[in-house]
Amino acid sequence: MTVYEKSAAGRRGFIPEPCDVPAAALGAIVGEENLRKTPAALPEMSEIDTVRHYTALAKKNFGVDTGFYPLGSCTMKYNPKINEQLASLPGFLSAHPFAPDEMNRGCLRLMAELERMLCAICGMEAFSLQPAAGAHGELTGLMCMAAYFAKQGQSHRNVILIPDSAHGTNPASAAQAGFSVRAVPSGRDGLVDPATLREAAEAAGGALVGLMLTNPNTLGLFEKNIMEVAGIIHGAGGLLYYDGANLNAVMGVTSPGAMGFDVMHLNLHKTFSAPHGGGGPGAGPVGAGKLLAPFLPGGGQDSIGRVRAYRGSFGVLVRAYCYIRALGASGLREASESAVLNANWLLNRLSGAYDAPYGERCMHEFVLSAAAMKEQTGVSAMDIAKGLIDKGFHPPTVYFPTIVPESLMTEPTETESPETLEAFAAAMLSLAEDAKRNPEALHSAPVTTPVGRLDATAAARQPIIKSR
Amino acid sequence: MGSYIPAAKREREKLLGGLGMTSAEELFAAVPPECRIGTMNLPPPLSEPELRRELEALAADNKAPLFIGAGLYDHYIPAAVDALCSLPEFVTAYTPYQPEISQGTLTAIFEFQTAICRLTGLDAANASMYDAATAASEAMLMSAAQTKRKHVIVTAATHPHIKETLRTYARFNGLTVSEAPFDGRGQAALDTAPHGAACVIAQSPNFFGVIEPMRGISAWASGAGAVPVAVCDPLSLGILESPGEMGFAIAVGECQPLGSPVSFGGPHAGYLAAKESFLRRLPGRIAGETGEVGGGKRGFVLTLQAREQHIRREKATSNICSNAALSALRATVYLALLGPEGLRETAALCAQKAAYLRAKLQETGIKPLFDASYFREFAVDTVLDGAAALENPRGSLIAVTEKRTKAEMDAFTALALSQKKGVSI
Amino acid sequence: MRAYSKDHEWIGVEGGVGTVGITDYAQAQLGDIVFCETEPPGTVLSAGETAGAVESVKAASDIFSPVSGEILEINDAPAEDPSLLNSAPDQTWLFKIRLSNPAELDALMDENDYADYCRG
Repeated sequence: MTVYEKSAAGRRGFIPEPCDVPAAALGAIVGEENLRKTPAALPEMSEIDTVRHYTALAKKNFGVDTGFYPLGSCTMKYNPKINEQLASLPGFLSAHPFAPDEMNRGCLRLMAELERMLCAICGMEAFSLQPAAGAHGELTGLMCMAAYFAKQGQSHRNVILIPDSAHGTNPASAAQAGFSVRAVPSGRDGLVDPATLREAAEAAGGALVGLMLTNPNTLGLFEKNIMEVAGIIHGAGGLLYYDGANLNAVMGVTSPGAMGFDVMHLNLHKTFSAPHGGGGPGAGPVGAGKLLAPFLPGGGQDSIGRVRAYRGSFGVLVRAYCYIRALGASGLREASESAVLNANWLLNRLSGAYDAPYGERCMHEFVLSAAAMKEQTGVSAMDIAKGLIDKGFHPPTVYFPTIVPESLMTEPTETESPETLEAFAAAMLSLAEDAKRNPEALHSAPVTTPVGRLDATAAARQPIIKSR
Repeated sequence: MGSYIPAAKREREKLLGGLGMTSAEELFAAVPPECRIGTMNLPPPLSEPELRRELEALAADNKAPLFIGAGLYDHYIPAAVDALCSLPEFVTAYTPYQPEISQGTLTAIFEFQTAICRLTGLDAANASMYDAATAASEAMLMSAAQTKRKHVIVTAATHPHIKETLRTYARFNGLTVSEAPFDGRGQAALDTAPHGAACVIAQSPNFFGVIEPMRGISAWASGAGAVPVAVCDPLSLGILESPGEMGFAIAVGECQPLGSPVSFGGPHAGYLAAKESFLRRLPGRIAGETGEVGGGKRGFVLTLQAREQHIRREKATSNICSNAALSALRATVYLALLGPEGLRETAALCAQKAAYLRAKLQETGIKPLFDASYFREFAVDTVLDGAAALENPRGSLIAVTEKRTKAEMDAFTALALSQKKGVSI
Repeated sequence: MRAYSKDHEWIGVEGGVGTVGITDYAQAQLGDIVFCETEPPGTVLSAGETAGAVESVKAASDIFSPVSGEILEINDAPAEDPSLLNSAPDQTWLFKIRLSNPAELDALMDENDYADYCRG
């Protein structure tokens, strides 16, 4: 039930304080003609009913604090409790971006230091903390590329190359930045093939903007030809964009700057431990090398300008700052090492029962395929995902990347113990057995959840998107 | 020093051994030496107590203003909002891709969509945007796609950050933006605005706190074949007429006043609502009601996903993926607690207290810049400490929420008077 | 007689007017179709240009016009009940188009060639 069905006329959950000044007639202040005639039909709830309603809703959710959440490319690592507390310090919560700088010294110092630390981690020249999420960061970085070429008198450059394994946000952001997208097919090894890339760059010719790349890519593979790839793009007059969604694999090992990238974004809610909030808010700071730094939001005359109001998702920035300060250089490198170790260990355990189309080594995540299983038993990747739910785990990302049929993209992160990994592996292996013995049961999973499988087709055919 | 890796060093070595490796370095065999880096130049790690000390010092080095608003307002947040929105199952979940274990988030999104539709008087709302500025930019792109027009009008008294964001988005989408100036009363004048625009974007209350003649603006836009887009503070809709009722096809705004702290500008949530005809052009996540396959219990799923980036890629209606779910939850819980009466009372308190301070200042000779109707904020002709500075026209912007007491307002007036005297000397 | 495009549209032509729909193969690939949308009558298209879109829960596909011409009429039935495109794709046409260059039909496949094409 929604809060609207629980509403009862006349109930109050919060009563504002009485007015301590002589109250003028509202119409005289806001204008009679502007007064609302019918109040919005908001729920009428007591405080305890509201508390129970949302507490009950929370119980129907699964979070990192509930259990293992190996959602690929989302880096569902533990969100340290201390960071939540510190981001909620009254001195931060009440600071106002329109107050004079001398009233915001602490916030400004934290942001400046965070920018510097992100530069050190990523090998970038400058960071803008404005973007509100990863996709917003992509858009911002791509706009910087467009502005750079406009400044060079090369506005005709509008073709961007994006591997077919890329996150959907990459082509969507590129389109929103005004670019035309050409997909680059991945090679048999799951990597960008330099020869194919060279052809694509030549085909784009003088219109080439550059390449968007995630490294390691969404298959969990490190693009080992990255230096050659960078050379091809730069040689053709293009620029390299780094999608930082998978940075958790390589902190302290390599950096986007060292790999030759010109501009990038980070997802502070992934690599830097800010919680995901059920779908945000996140933060997607954009870093740029020397060439593109002048074009970042908040810069000088070449800046693309503002991409949002105010200075950024400050509360998320505080959490990321705390995470980096707590770990330091050695701790961040250790986090990446452990993330890659955990992923490899899991891949090793599972690659017999499931197809591992790209071999037995990975970075921080890996993609399994249930295609053969589906053909033999009728059990799909989605069935396995739902079966995992009944065993107490959040499923991996399913059906992405689309270049792998029946894919299960698994990212354990570093914040999981060997026992958790082993329990998950055991669950996956037992589901593979169930697929052979009792596929029907898996088709009807999950059975332990507040609701069973929901009819997404009906929802889309006759959308009901608000309470009646 | 802090480490969130549960496995002891010994255990990690065992896992490595299981992979036939002796050192963690072997895990990175695929990373070529040419792009390896040395130690990152970061300050030494901190233990939790040290970290707390450092952050407490940083937090203490800020000072909260009492009368600055300019788009972000210091409203009272009921304790239950913080308590409920800190529940770890809400905080540590992600996008509800698996509906069976995400009914909490999905139901809350559905409730948020409902609340936004009811407040704005429009048909369809999404799960949230990053903020009002990006929501307005998406509304601009929706309008341009719908009308196939390339020019956009925004009222000049719209928040400067919204206008700047619109210009950035417009530039890279081949759109141009012009501003409809404000008149002596601080209200938009459209008589010189060009016809043939994709949309007219108007904020009310505007940046100066003035309530715009919204019915006239939407009528002008519709008459010119442009999509009327309102930027409205949702809290103001407790007493002000809804944009839907006033003829707007799209409404966007900033949800911060609904239960989120100012927090130096973020994170907050934006909202975007529109008439039914824009349903398939909406950006981002939308939750929808359905039932179990083959009938049974009711439940909620993400729906109309074929609009979105993970399916449509470069043809998606927007690139937005993560939005601002937890901030939207704060708004949802806030509205559930306040209800229609609480929201009306809170909005009324803001207007009445603003009227009190405006009159008090006027008594001291500090004049309002505009005489049109206003809601919670007003501009005066004097630059005052403790208020947001205005450059054009020169003066100050003063916001008064329901939290401000008579004592605070009287003290502010006294201080303002002394500053005014100081200036005149 | 019907002709088939590589983008999985079928077209039947009568009196210089083509009737276009999506093939059974196309609907099977998409899964349960939840929405379809066609450009309005009066739209002039070149062969291969987007004439609309169909969506399922997990996929979306543009509809490409197999021939050049002007859209004369669109079928409201699949817009109102998209499941028709799953249950009866061969009978559920999407739009009628006046062919401006009938020679383009020669570039399309016949039923047998199309069946081979779908088998890959």
